[in-house]
Amino acid sequence: MSDISYIQQDNEARFGDYIALLKPRVMSLVVFTAFVGLVVAPNPVHPFVGFVAILFIALGGGASGALNMWYDADIDRIMRRTRSRPIPAGRITEREALGFGLALSGISCVMLALATNVFSGLFLAFTIFFYVVVYTMWLKRATPQNIVIGGAAGAFPPMIGWAVATGGISIESVAMFLLVFLWTPPHFWSLALFMKADYDEAKVPMLTSTHGRTVTRKHILAYALILAPLAVGIGFTSIGGPLYFATALVMNALFIKGAIEIHGRSEVQAEADKYAVEKRFFYFSLIYLFAHFLALLAEAGLSYLGLGVW
Amino acid sequence: MAITRDTELHTRRFSRNAGLGVVLLGFVAIVFGLTVVKVERGSKLEGFDHQPRVSALPVEPTSAAPVKLAPVKTEVAN
Repeated sequence: MSDISYIQQDNEARFGDYIALLKPRVMSLVVFTAFVGLVVAPNPVHPFVGFVAILFIALGGGASGALNMWYDADIDRIMRRTRSRPIPAGRITEREALGFGLALSGISCVMLALATNVFSGLFLAFTIFFYVVVYTMWLKRATPQNIVIGGAAGAFPPMIGWAVATGGISIESVAMFLLVFLWTPPHFWSLALFMKADYDEAKVPMLTSTHGRTVTRKHILAYALILAPLAVGIGFTSIGGPLYFATALVMNALFIKGAIEIHGRSEVQAEADKYAVEKRFFYFSLIYLFAHFLALLAEAGLSYLGLGVW
Repeated sequence: MAITRDTELHTRRFSRNAGLGVVLLGFVAIVFGLTVVKVERGSKLEGFDHQPRVSALPVEPTSAAPVKLAPVKTEVAN
């Protein structure tokens, strides 16, 4: 052949690989909760400014995802679930992902600050720092409580959305933070119970392997019990209302019921029905969070129409 | 038809380049849209520079006294 083609052809990064670096599925949660945080805030935001704000919050979340994949490339190469990600598959180099993540972090924070207010931009920067440095670099490989800490990073977006509208923090935004924060551990531990992922091989301490599955089941119940009064209590703040209150009551009753079921099962029982209860609890936990934020959105809509009750 | 022959590299990279083009155009649209919104809502367009400027000072309905400006040095170059 006379062509000079020294670049590997079959293994080159396509546009989709750069999108994959942004972890689009995590981004969808960020977009939704940030949107709700923005809409339920008392100050109206111009629709276009709101759209741009959500976009750059999502981009900031994506940037932290790319930085996470840069740092965790060694783990991703070991675990079967993550082996086909762009870096372990060899389509994007680690340095490229680092540069991509850093550049997008800068763009997203600066653009959010310019489009809305400086506090929001700084808050987004702090969230990226928290996820990448505190969670990914520091705690993920050091403690089985890693999921709890990581949950905080995922819980900041509704607070950023609120900060976009109000320029600050208030009891309602902290309550939304706590809702996601306390929901994360039972959500992920129920996944860890039935995924039996190869975290051990990658030397990531998961509660299921460090303290055993029985302890993990106890933890799920404990978090569900702490979460319930908070989730219902949001109904009495300025962003809540009867619709939210009713939703929270039903959802939390079902959540605690599921957690009690999980707590009462032994591994033998779980093996027997192939973790049916754990799987059901995991999928219900997704509906649980979605329903709460949807109810908050509905309350905001009702009060916009003048139908707000309290 | 293009002047140069499309090499295999061009066709292979097309999706990446087209994607990046769309992203950049989107960014331009966002900055333009933000400008329109901020101008329409009358946000502060002019900040303080090194000297106070009348156009950048808040409006004071009661003050009758004119705002004192720092003397501007003007040098006439011959």
